[in-house]
Amino acid sequence: MTRTVLSALLSHWRRRPFQFVTLILGLALATALWSGVQAINAEARKSYGDAASVLGGGGLSELVATNGGPIAPETYVALRRAGWLVSPVIDGWLPGDPGRVRLLGMDPLTAPRDGAARDAIFNSGASGFLGADGVLLAAPATAERLAGLGDRIRVVDGLAPGIAFADLASAAALLEVDGYSRLLLLPDQPLIQQPLAAIARDLIVEKPATADDLGRLTDSFHLNLTAFGLLSFAVGLFIVNGAVGLAFEQRRPVFRTLRALGVTSAQLVALLTIELLIFAIIAGAIGIALGYVIAAALLPDVAATLRGLYGASVEGTLTLSPLWWASGIAIAVLGTALASATGLWRVARLQPLAAAQPRAWAMASDRSMRAQLGLAVLCLLIAVAAGVFGGSLQSGFVLLGGLLLAAALALPSVLSALVSVAARLSRGVVTEWFWADTRQQLPGLSLALMALLLALAANIGVGTMVESFRLTFTGWLDQRLASELYVTAEDDAQVPALLAYLEPRTDAILPIWSVEREVLGAPGEIFGVVDHPTYRENWPMLSAAPDVWDRLAAGDGALVNEQLARREGLSVGDDITMPGGWVISVLGVYSDYGNPLRQVIIPNAVLVMRYPEAERRDFGLRLPRSDVDDLKRDLVEEFGLHEDNMVDQAAIKAFSLSIFERTFAVTGALNVLTLAVAGIAILTSLLTLASMRLPQLAPVWALGMTRRTLGRIELIRALVLAALTFVLSIPVGLALAWVLLAVINVEAFGWRLPMYLFPADWLRLGGLSLIAAALAGLWPARRLATRPPADLIRVFAHER
Amino acid sequence: MNARALLVTLVLALGAEAAGAQGFAGLGVTEDGFALPDPNARFAYPDDHGAHPEFRIEWWYVTANLSGPDGTAYGVQWTLFRNALKPGGADSDQVWMGHAAISQPGGHLVAERLARGGIGQAGVVADPFHAFIDEWNIEGPSLSSVRIFAQGTDFAYDLDLKADAPFVPQGQNGYSVKSDSGQASHYFSQPFYRVSGVLTLPSGPVAVTGQGWLDREWSSQPLAETQTGWDWVSLHLDSGAKLMGYRLRDAAGDDYTVGTWIEPDGTPTPLAPGEIVLTPGKTARVAERSVPVAWRVEVPGREVDVTLAAIYPDSWMPTLVPYWEGPVRLSGSHPGVGFLEMTGYE
Repeated sequence: MTRTVLSALLSHWRRRPFQFVTLILGLALATALWSGVQAINAEARKSYGDAASVLGGGGLSELVATNGGPIAPETYVALRRAGWLVSPVIDGWLPGDPGRVRLLGMDPLTAPRDGAARDAIFNSGASGFLGADGVLLAAPATAERLAGLGDRIRVVDGLAPGIAFADLASAAALLEVDGYSRLLLLPDQPLIQQPLAAIARDLIVEKPATADDLGRLTDSFHLNLTAFGLLSFAVGLFIVNGAVGLAFEQRRPVFRTLRALGVTSAQLVALLTIELLIFAIIAGAIGIALGYVIAAALLPDVAATLRGLYGASVEGTLTLSPLWWASGIAIAVLGTALASATGLWRVARLQPLAAAQPRAWAMASDRSMRAQLGLAVLCLLIAVAAGVFGGSLQSGFVLLGGLLLAAALALPSVLSALVSVAARLSRGVVTEWFWADTRQQLPGLSLALMALLLALAANIGVGTMVESFRLTFTGWLDQRLASELYVTAEDDAQVPALLAYLEPRTDAILPIWSVEREVLGAPGEIFGVVDHPTYRENWPMLSAAPDVWDRLAAGDGALVNEQLARREGLSVGDDITMPGGWVISVLGVYSDYGNPLRQVIIPNAVLVMRYPEAERRDFGLRLPRSDVDDLKRDLVEEFGLHEDNMVDQAAIKAFSLSIFERTFAVTGALNVLTLAVAGIAILTSLLTLASMRLPQLAPVWALGMTRRTLGRIELIRALVLAALTFVLSIPVGLALAWVLLAVINVEAFGWRLPMYLFPADWLRLGGLSLIAAALAGLWPARRLATRPPADLIRVFAHER
Repeated sequence: MNARALLVTLVLALGAEAAGAQGFAGLGVTEDGFALPDPNARFAYPDDHGAHPEFRIEWWYVTANLSGPDGTAYGVQWTLFRNALKPGGADSDQVWMGHAAISQPGGHLVAERLARGGIGQAGVVADPFHAFIDEWNIEGPSLSSVRIFAQGTDFAYDLDLKADAPFVPQGQNGYSVKSDSGQASHYFSQPFYRVSGVLTLPSGPVAVTGQGWLDREWSSQPLAETQTGWDWVSLHLDSGAKLMGYRLRDAAGDDYTVGTWIEPDGTPTPLAPGEIVLTPGKTARVAERSVPVAWRVEVPGREVDVTLAAIYPDSWMPTLVPYWEGPVRLSGSHPGVGFLEMTGYE
């Protein structure tokens, strides 16, 4: 009997293959977007873990210089000779294609015996590893990026991604350094040691870098992706809900018949659950496959962003764990359960002999609409609470989510109110009927319209954020990149001659010298500047003490970037402790968009005094723009400077913007996908309604309205509802943009951006959503217009 | 001799492109620019106490048979190996390896250190004598009077070694032949150290006294390609005489066994193949392999017929290249103590 009932239930899908496709498609899309994003995140986190276990020597503490600078080999040897089992590491970056590749110089002779790096070196059977001309080991994907090093690269499977290993001497030669980045402290130390302070006063023991550190740095990025994945999933569920609701609605007669034949309500629900479970598993499998495609397509961009922004080593290749597959199926099943809960609930309470009561159903929906409105208010309250009392990235996302959810939940009530107002203002029978009928349809369409609202709001919000960012960023670049040409000397020895040559040919030579150091406990850069009008006129200050440049030139203080100021709660006049333990006061805060690092600017003389090892080969040159090309050519001839050593303003801007574009490429792609999903949601909802509405349309037709007019009215209704939803989505989208710019960005990146409005984009989006609604409405409208009159007449003959 | 250099070859593999992997741990490689031992060369002290970087491998090897106040026997080992990655003798082309161990009732205590040359982490100065790797030292005024120190996570030792007797050339005036096909090394010893000092054991410090033995050896290719391992003994006979012998096991045929008889005044007499016989006795299960921990040593010409028994059969060195090295007690015609080393047991 179970089989018979199940086949009776399934026969519905054979007769309506399109509905079946919609259901599977919606579920698969939802699963795909969700699991795709999860795959990307998991891949990145796995990479961090691999990298951290190598970089951090497998969780070992390390000795680092208090000023963050290199450790002299003599200091290392003195430590070893005093009974300290430490192993040196040189950590740097090699140019790769694409992106940089991290190079780890290890000493296999002293490396921790169980360390990942030493294992890799010994297990690879790499002969020729030791020595300044030794081989480099890298995973296959990393090795490809280092093809320029030719046969010095040895491919070893299973190495951490994005990292090449070399002997200490090789790394020192390749990176042109003569000190060590840090010393790994082996876990088992010998019995007798001299105290650390007696041997190396300027070294301190530090806890190892862990996957968590990199994780924290990149958290915001992943949270962004996750939020989008979740949003897409929610939108996908609207489709499923629509499809399942439609299927249940259309099968009411079947259910009634089955109940009348003796199938209990529990049996019916159980069988429907089995049916849905089968669908969920099929759709889940398709969704996972699609998710893989999405993840594989987006991962290279994500990897590039993570590399460019955070220096995180992530390869652009995807490896999937069984857990990921299982969680994909699980999320599909869970989503189906969520989306069909209301449908199943109704079936369970279905009276076997209940008559069709479409209007009664709509009235019941009025009650649920009020409940929904209450829920919306609650969501809004939670959101506001998170906004007021929060202060973390997580609370920012709660604010965001609460706001969106509240808007979506309130939408049916708001639309209903608007339609009521329109009905009251309208004159004429047809118009009044139009509004009344629209209101009647609202409950059925509300889910699709909520999906559309979410998609549109997300589009407007994210679009406004990205565009505001772009506008600010471009303007800021123009301001910040004041020098016409940036030159890097080949080596320190070349600098004096280069300066002498440039002196008569330029208006000004601005040294851009810097060191990379931990600033107040996080990675940062310290720059030295000279006193020059270029800075006074162009530097993008957010707040500053009076006479900031005079005081900076006098060595009275330092400038810090917005990221540092926000993270550490610094304002003008505060003191900061610089690496090396000296204290300087903050004279000003400047904007520094697109930079994940903290930054401090001090006078060049102070930089050179405090950090003698600072890089001193970079210069910004002021000269008439028309002379730039000539000067570049002459520098090549006179000094043999490589093209790479001379970057003009335009090139830097292009590069900076390309990083910017990459950062938001993934966001943009997900945005488009979300909108597409919403479009499908509208289509399925309209199709659902079209077939249910015949009994309501037949009397109107009988009163003399042509099918063609009816079809046109249907189309207009779809457009009106889409237009209303779109209009409502603008404030929601702008609120979203504000949250992104003023809350999320500040928490995630440490900078706050001014918000700009882009009405032209809204118009385009509005046009797009109308076109989508028109396309979605056209088919049902056309079907109505060409419906055989017999169908309409039959409505009067049938007891539904 | 003890072909201990084989230990160094793992380090060698890291440096140079591996040549043919014949012989134990790949030592039976042909020369490629390294100096060859010269039968006509004579030792010059103290210069020859220092390093000979023109040769591929070299070691400073101290073993000591010690006893505590309660008569407990201890064995101590301090070793420094030098291995050249390539010919030319540059400091930066040397890799150094140190082994330290104490054989004692509570279990074998071992530490190992590796260091690259050229940065001052390890090295040897001939005069005043100083050999070191990390904080481990053999430091003299001269090699006849040194203080040796080494430590691990759970042990340390600090010992004074003094000898009045001259250094003893092994083989033919220090030219020590390793096989019938002519592989050889330069090899001399100081078997007459009197030792005193302190062992720091997990159970606490112990004052010890006893006898020590130093081996100095350098070469570029000490083994034939078919030789798979060796067994080496250094014996302090109660009569005051010393006996060194080794057996190179050969996969292709007869083992190669030679030695040196050293009179109490230090006069050496080489023992040609056949003049000394090493016969393995009962085995013990050590580190998941079977190792002979009892030996019979016969020197018919000197009426020597002794049985060697390992005092601590667990004297296993779980180092990069693992081997067995520990103190033995002699019984039979000539009672005494000594050290036994066995490599190449898989």
